[in-house]
Amino acid sequence: MAVTESPRLERPRPLPSASRPGWSRRGRARAARTGVNTLLLLFSVLYLVPLAWMLLASVNAHADFTLSVPHPTTENFRHALNYDTTYRPMLNGLLLCGGGTLLCVVCAILAAYPLSRFRSRLRRPFLYTILFSTGLPITAVMIPVYSMFVQVDLIDSMPAATLFLAASALPFGIWLMKNFMDGVPVVLEEAARIDGANTMQVLWRIVLPLMWPGVTVVTIFTFISMWGNFFVPFILLLSPEKLPASVSVFTFLSAHGETQYGQLSAFSILYSLPVVMLYLLLARRLGRGFALGGALKG
Amino acid sequence: MLPSLVLLLVFLAGPIGYCVYYAFTDMQLTGAVGTHFVGFRNFTRAFGDSDFLNAVELTLLFVVGSAVIGQNTVGLALAVLMEKASKPVRSITSGVVIAAWVLPEVVAGYLMYAFFYQRGSLNAILHFLHLPQQDWLYTLPILAVCLANVWRGTAFSMLVFSAALGDVPQELVEAAEMDGAGPWQRLWRVTLPLIRRSILTNLMLITLQTLSVFGLIYTMTQGGPGRKSETLPIFMYQEAFNDSLIGYGTAVALVLLVVGALFSVVYIRLLNVEED
Repeated sequence: MAVTESPRLERPRPLPSASRPGWSRRGRARAARTGVNTLLLLFSVLYLVPLAWMLLASVNAHADFTLSVPHPTTENFRHALNYDTTYRPMLNGLLLCGGGTLLCVVCAILAAYPLSRFRSRLRRPFLYTILFSTGLPITAVMIPVYSMFVQVDLIDSMPAATLFLAASALPFGIWLMKNFMDGVPVVLEEAARIDGANTMQVLWRIVLPLMWPGVTVVTIFTFISMWGNFFVPFILLLSPEKLPASVSVFTFLSAHGETQYGQLSAFSILYSLPVVMLYLLLARRLGRGFALGGALKG
Repeated sequence: MLPSLVLLLVFLAGPIGYCVYYAFTDMQLTGAVGTHFVGFRNFTRAFGDSDFLNAVELTLLFVVGSAVIGQNTVGLALAVLMEKASKPVRSITSGVVIAAWVLPEVVAGYLMYAFFYQRGSLNAILHFLHLPQQDWLYTLPILAVCLANVWRGTAFSMLVFSAALGDVPQELVEAAEMDGAGPWQRLWRVTLPLIRRSILTNLMLITLQTLSVFGLIYTMTQGGPGRKSETLPIFMYQEAFNDSLIGYGTAVALVLLVVGALFSVVYIRLLNVEED
């Protein structure tokens, strides 16, 4: 790889640092580390302020924009935790995103297998098309999708929105899944084939059990991105009782003239909780940089 | 294979084809009966429309400011600094940065709205430091949404760069150090050239992501005040739904799609290079 292009180091250099007066090498290293630590901590504080504000506002009965909690209260959560405000949007989100994820993962498995195992002349062009579509801005497609759905009378239909969500996540899903599948050795499959197993049996009994971690990653990753998706349900669904949490946060903001920041924060926390927990699960299971390996390696 | 193909064809290729077709019609939400083919009129109209040009300009600012400069540089700086930091500091920093990334788009938008609001946390901090304050969302909305996007998206670049830096062979860096190269020289002349490809792929990916950001800007400013933070996705939405000009909105969408497609091609070429 790029290692061969090692930079030119043969230019004359000043004498090694040890000959310079003043700090010892180790002392300087320690000072540098302290500096780096301070800098990063300051940066973290800046990052933390909005998050801290949300947490504090959610337990503050009279929340405004300042970071303060005189008397912590659970009032906001009690107000938010009812069927109309929280449970129904979350349930809708679960139906939409759960259904979309399931569909996407099953289709991705079925599509990834031939791409990973069989060589054909169509393989490369197909892979490039998949990769190409992962890059397309889906936002741009939403208006034609809307007109298309209007014409076939699918606007405000949850199954149709689910199908579209699944399709929009599919290219990336196939790509990730294929990369995970490439890691499963072919030898075992050949043994099973000699024993008379057909392609489907090989796929479900041999390949999938060996790549559960990969399937889990694709599943969780797809679900997280759908759960946070705002534009798709915002365009395709109309009735308030069908909206998932990502859109109902928004009606919350604009509908009440006097926005209750405490309750809104409480709701935001409840809405974010599932994906944060799924992410922690993912991170613990696979270490940092998990999904990026699939996205960045050819 | 077949189910995927059907889904992709019906729900992705279909709309894209539709997009190309609609972009050349005068379709409107009200009275779709009289839809006519109008040729390139939507496009000539767009390029003569000062609001469209304004949206193009703001989109460029948004993409360059928040993705190319913001997320890319901050992500790289964080990854480099974190290599040198002590372990607890490293976990704290990556923890908060990733937390901002994991939060759903709308929640991030709401938090950033509160942060940049006139009586929000940012002005409180500036007041504490005796620095001049602003009504950010009113005077500099595009800067506010850029910074918000940096806050939300930097984790991705940070993870990419951390992974890339982990692959840099330590012998090379140490050899450079023995030769007397200072930290900056080591970074510029050894580390950065080695992770050049990660930088490029990362740039492509975050550009594509930033190009289609809608929810974040919509929750923070709805494109306003006036049109001061109206990027192309917001402009497209406003034209198609608020002004009921589906045909015109789709033409704008097509422009966005083509720009995205170009970046996507560059991205694939980069990956291709890596394979060989």
